[in-house]
Amino acid sequence: MSVFENIIEISSLSKRFKEVLAVNDLSFAVKRGDVFGFLGPNGAGKSTTIRMILSLITPTSGSIKIFGKSLIENRKEILANVGAIVEKPDFYQYLPAIKNLEILAKISGKEVHQSRIYELLELVGLKDRAKSKVKTYSHGMKQRLGIAQTLLHDPELIVLDEPTTGLDPQGMKEIRDLIIRLSKDENKTIFLSSHILSEIELVANRMIIINKGSKVVEGEVNDLLNSKSLKVTVEVENIESAKRILDNTKWYNLIENFSENKFSIKLENKDIAELNKYLVENGVMVNALIPVRSLEDYFLSITSSAK
Amino acid sequence: MIATLVRIELLKIFRKWRTYIGFIAIGVLVPLLHLAMYLEGQNSIDYVTRGLRDSFILVGNLLNGYWISYLILNALIIHIPFLITLVAGDLMAGEATAGTYRILVTRPVSRIQIVTSKYIAGLIYTSLLIFWLAFVSLVVGIIVFGSGELIVAGSQAIIIFEKSDILWRFILAYGFAILSMTVVCSLAILFSSLVENAIGPIVSTMAVIIIFIILSNFDVAILKEIKPYLFTTYMLNWREFFNDPLNISDIAKAVLILAGHILIFFSASAYIFKKKDILS
Repeated sequence: MSVFENIIEISSLSKRFKEVLAVNDLSFAVKRGDVFGFLGPNGAGKSTTIRMILSLITPTSGSIKIFGKSLIENRKEILANVGAIVEKPDFYQYLPAIKNLEILAKISGKEVHQSRIYELLELVGLKDRAKSKVKTYSHGMKQRLGIAQTLLHDPELIVLDEPTTGLDPQGMKEIRDLIIRLSKDENKTIFLSSHILSEIELVANRMIIINKGSKVVEGEVNDLLNSKSLKVTVEVENIESAKRILDNTKWYNLIENFSENKFSIKLENKDIAELNKYLVENGVMVNALIPVRSLEDYFLSITSSAK
Repeated sequence: MIATLVRIELLKIFRKWRTYIGFIAIGVLVPLLHLAMYLEGQNSIDYVTRGLRDSFILVGNLLNGYWISYLILNALIIHIPFLITLVAGDLMAGEATAGTYRILVTRPVSRIQIVTSKYIAGLIYTSLLIFWLAFVSLVVGIIVFGSGELIVAGSQAIIIFEKSDILWRFILAYGFAILSMTVVCSLAILFSSLVENAIGPIVSTMAVIIIFIILSNFDVAILKEIKPYLFTTYMLNWREFFNDPLNISDIAKAVLILAGHILIFFSASAYIFKKKDILS
């Protein structure tokens, strides 16, 4: 499995549940070695897409190729090389963690030694609780056990659906570090879904944003997020004097709106300091300058409208 | 892979508390029936043989393990389905409720293999429950009451089987009971594949069995037409093994019809699960 560049190729994928079109003509590709961020607000169609990639759901139309092969025709061969967490990590609650992993190892399509299971439990910090029933685990522990089960059979592709949900900041950082390590040290391709842009930004090299089942944007994280164009919110002591000072200047046409004690203006990064200097030198007290990247701004707007 | 999946299914079944309800129920109820027969059994024998005693002298141990096992099988085989559905109704819906379809179906095993392994595991559970019933009623019955001739009141005649002519009949009768209970198990799994909560399949299966039994036993001309198509009509055909001579064609017909039901229920479950979108 080394001759092809695209690990996942999604073409014109759609899924309709009766009258609801959950995924609409979605196309994208995940390249070998990517940590691919799959971003969208809640209800955007992320989990439906992931479920189609893992053959839990049958697409209404479109095609899915993984490792260069059709998922429908080569399901077993493909899944033997994929590890996944879909939404929350659920296990057989009445069985110990070790027994859950043993069961999953037996049907993973590869030979998995007992030592590998303990190695993974140690990796996710659950070795001491290996024999405890999963029903005694906290959400964070289940999430870590979920990570362990994705790695059991040393898959080439790892699909993680919101893996940090419900974790404390330390737990989130541990998962992020693990993703980076799996990508860099073990050359895994990671498909990571999230509804938090900053989380994707921290670990992914490429990403796609979807909304209402359709693609909004796809590309390199650096290109998409380090755009020069910023929307800056400027908080001032006196909005009327700020308006007066800015009137008839080059800045005025760039202002998007004024409100009680602040205004929004489109700027390039290099111009922020100059605007600040101009305002202060003309007697306008500036309390804050908050730059928001245009994509982040867009993502925040679709996230808040989805709530 | 199927053998591995079946072992996993059995592990899941026997790690659940509900699995043991059936074994405990039989383990408690049958000894109670043994005790009742120990105290009152002779009256029952006298009642069954009251017409014979005017013309014949009955000797030997008629209140024996065989006779008591026959009565117990007669009484319990209608109620065993309740115990079967407790486990079978949970086999697929339980995975949906727990969200574990997601870790099961994303492994390199086919959905048909998953359904097949669940059916085989359900069959093994059903067989073990009937074996347990056979052990507690027949083996323990013989130990407590001893063996002897078996007196069976048929619709046309009273038949007395010799001691040496009984055991094989019980073995075949319990085998037939396993077959008829597997139909119940299959129906529960079929309902279980449709929903995401185990309560629905358990209640639905029992509702179907109760309705079918009522229809099977209701002696109205119009219902006689549909009676041959109801699997419950054949569930009590284990009694045919206590006929002399055996009506082989009736037994074979019942076996084929029950096996056909299992096949249909299995095929429907496999088709439904193969097409199912896993949303749980």
